[in-house]
Amino acid sequence: MSVTLEKEKLSTQESKENDKSYIIKYGISLVVFVIVMGLSWVIHLMKITQITDFPVNFSPPVTNAIDDFVDFLVVNFAWIFDWMSDQAKVLIGKIRDFLIWVPWPFTILAIMYTGWKVASRNVGIGSAIALLLLGLFNLWVSAMVTIAIMVIAVLISIVIGIPLGIIAASSNRFDAAIKPILDGMQTMPSFVYLVPGIMFFGLGNVAAILATVLYAIPPCIRLTNLGIRQVDIAVVEAGTAFGSNRMQLLTKVQIPMAIPTIMAGINQTVMMALAMVTIAAMVGAGGLGADVFRAMGQLEQGDAVIAGLGIVVLAIVIDRISQGYINNRNQTTSIE
Amino acid sequence: MSNIEIVNLWKVFGNDPEIVFEPENINKTRSEIQDEFNQVVALRNVNLSINPGETFVVMGLSGSGKSTLVRALIRLIDPTSGSILINNQDVLQYNNQELENFRRHTVAMVFQHFGLFPHRTVLENAAYGLEVQKVDTEARNQKALEVLELVGLSGWESSYPSELSGGMQQRVGIARALAVEPDILLMDEPFSGLDPLIRRQMRIELKKLQQTIQKTIVFITHDLDEAITVGDRIAIMRDGEVTQLGTPEEIVTNPANSFVEEFTFDIPKTRVTSVSNIMVKPSSQEFDRRYVVAPESIVEDMIPLVLETGDPIPVVDSKDELVGVVPQEKILELVAQSARQEYSEE
Repeated sequence: MSVTLEKEKLSTQESKENDKSYIIKYGISLVVFVIVMGLSWVIHLMKITQITDFPVNFSPPVTNAIDDFVDFLVVNFAWIFDWMSDQAKVLIGKIRDFLIWVPWPFTILAIMYTGWKVASRNVGIGSAIALLLLGLFNLWVSAMVTIAIMVIAVLISIVIGIPLGIIAASSNRFDAAIKPILDGMQTMPSFVYLVPGIMFFGLGNVAAILATVLYAIPPCIRLTNLGIRQVDIAVVEAGTAFGSNRMQLLTKVQIPMAIPTIMAGINQTVMMALAMVTIAAMVGAGGLGADVFRAMGQLEQGDAVIAGLGIVVLAIVIDRISQGYINNRNQTTSIE
Repeated sequence: MSNIEIVNLWKVFGNDPEIVFEPENINKTRSEIQDEFNQVVALRNVNLSINPGETFVVMGLSGSGKSTLVRALIRLIDPTSGSILINNQDVLQYNNQELENFRRHTVAMVFQHFGLFPHRTVLENAAYGLEVQKVDTEARNQKALEVLELVGLSGWESSYPSELSGGMQQRVGIARALAVEPDILLMDEPFSGLDPLIRRQMRIELKKLQQTIQKTIVFITHDLDEAITVGDRIAIMRDGEVTQLGTPEEIVTNPANSFVEEFTFDIPKTRVTSVSNIMVKPSSQEFDRRYVVAPESIVEDMIPLVLETGDPIPVVDSKDELVGVVPQEKILELVAQSARQEYSEE
């Protein structure tokens, strides 16, 4: 008992000493701050531009180099970009036309059925009501266009992202190389991605898709990588001990066990794609984003709000259905 | 049938294992090497020869190197030096292709934490080894059903591992290993994760199973009781070295050093002493056929007979010839010794 008391005494003494040292530290910081502010005031008063301005500007040569490089690509590889652009336009057009062509009750019933089966009864019914509202507020066609662009962007993201994630999981070096790039991609302001799209494909849906893929692909890569790396080492060891080669280990053990995490990645990719498709209205993508953009340009707040809410509704529907799918899957093949 | 020959096997964990083999370091103890060079000697010059069809137990505490040893046998860990001859081929010299084949056909492993595939049904788990060998679905499922029946899991084929109790999960682990018909079964503390009742039951079942399958089994455990129940021979490891190698009887009745003795302390001698070691020459060739024992059975098993008859117990070999008798006082002596052990423990 007495020992613990002494300890407490000691600790209070220590904390008192700490208090003192804090005062000294903050005091010094305060003094330095005041001095620096005073100096700054003097510098501005005396107009010493050598200190207020940076001595050199590196920007022009670098931006020029980037411009030249892009010009070079556009001039010399225009035929590739044009071809890709044409194909993509045709594909988007077909999906959009199909989605619009199917009478809305069928689409709503299909979504309701999917939501019910894949997630739950409530999700199914809720999705149906949400879509019905989109239609009743005259947003149906725009919503279908948004979905068409999103679907293609998500498919491209998955087709590229999952293999990259798998490679990253099996090679530490590749992982180390790709990590800063992904970090950069995720911190970059989203509309920066619109620029390369316009450069190569001009205004329109194709540029929107490129921007969307660039923006939405990181979680797909990251979570595929993470999912495979997180697979229980004991299970991987068991797979190895039975003579699996690398490919068998990957396809029979690691990827199947990583699927819940990979699905979470795809879910994030879908949500980010939806966000980007909206912003991509700035480069001429159609859909709900374009409605918002136009309404804002014409100062029609009512239309802007309605279309904006339409995006929210669509996002909720997609998220609930895919989340429900992931959760149900996790329950049936629960890991441990 | 297969023979495992482990020769001068070393495993040193660390960034510079070669330093341990320098002439001035080779005789340093494990802790000296760890302090001086930050290298961990997990296996130190292990030499073992495991006979075909025997259940060979490697016993030791955690950190004794027993797990490293069994992992080295299937090359989940690559030893630093030495050789492991299985079917007269050095496992350590195998290239990737040969290693894969070796793992597919010659050895199979049962893991402490089961290592089952949670996304696969019991049947698919049991069939995994065959699936990797590209055996067609029908044949491998048939084989898997067969081994599942052998381990008593018929009817659970389409369940997932998470729906099974620990004991049942480990049966799946054993079935998965047996399905590939390996020559050698490696069992790395297979029953440690189970609760005591199930553990004892599984040991007895393994013993029975071994009578039908007759594999070479390398069994890892930290429990001497378990080692004695399942093992034909036991190697006791300490700090990466084998400190004693022998039958359960030899180890319990004649521990090589105080370390082993401490382990064996609470094992009653009646559990390990075989009848042939305490029998005496028979005075006549006549004996009571109702109360015979075999020379290799253990003393504990004959105690019920002693209660039924007052006479010395006749010992009869497989050719039905009388080879000796066990007088009552010999048995009593052993029982008394065991009792004294238990008493002094408290």
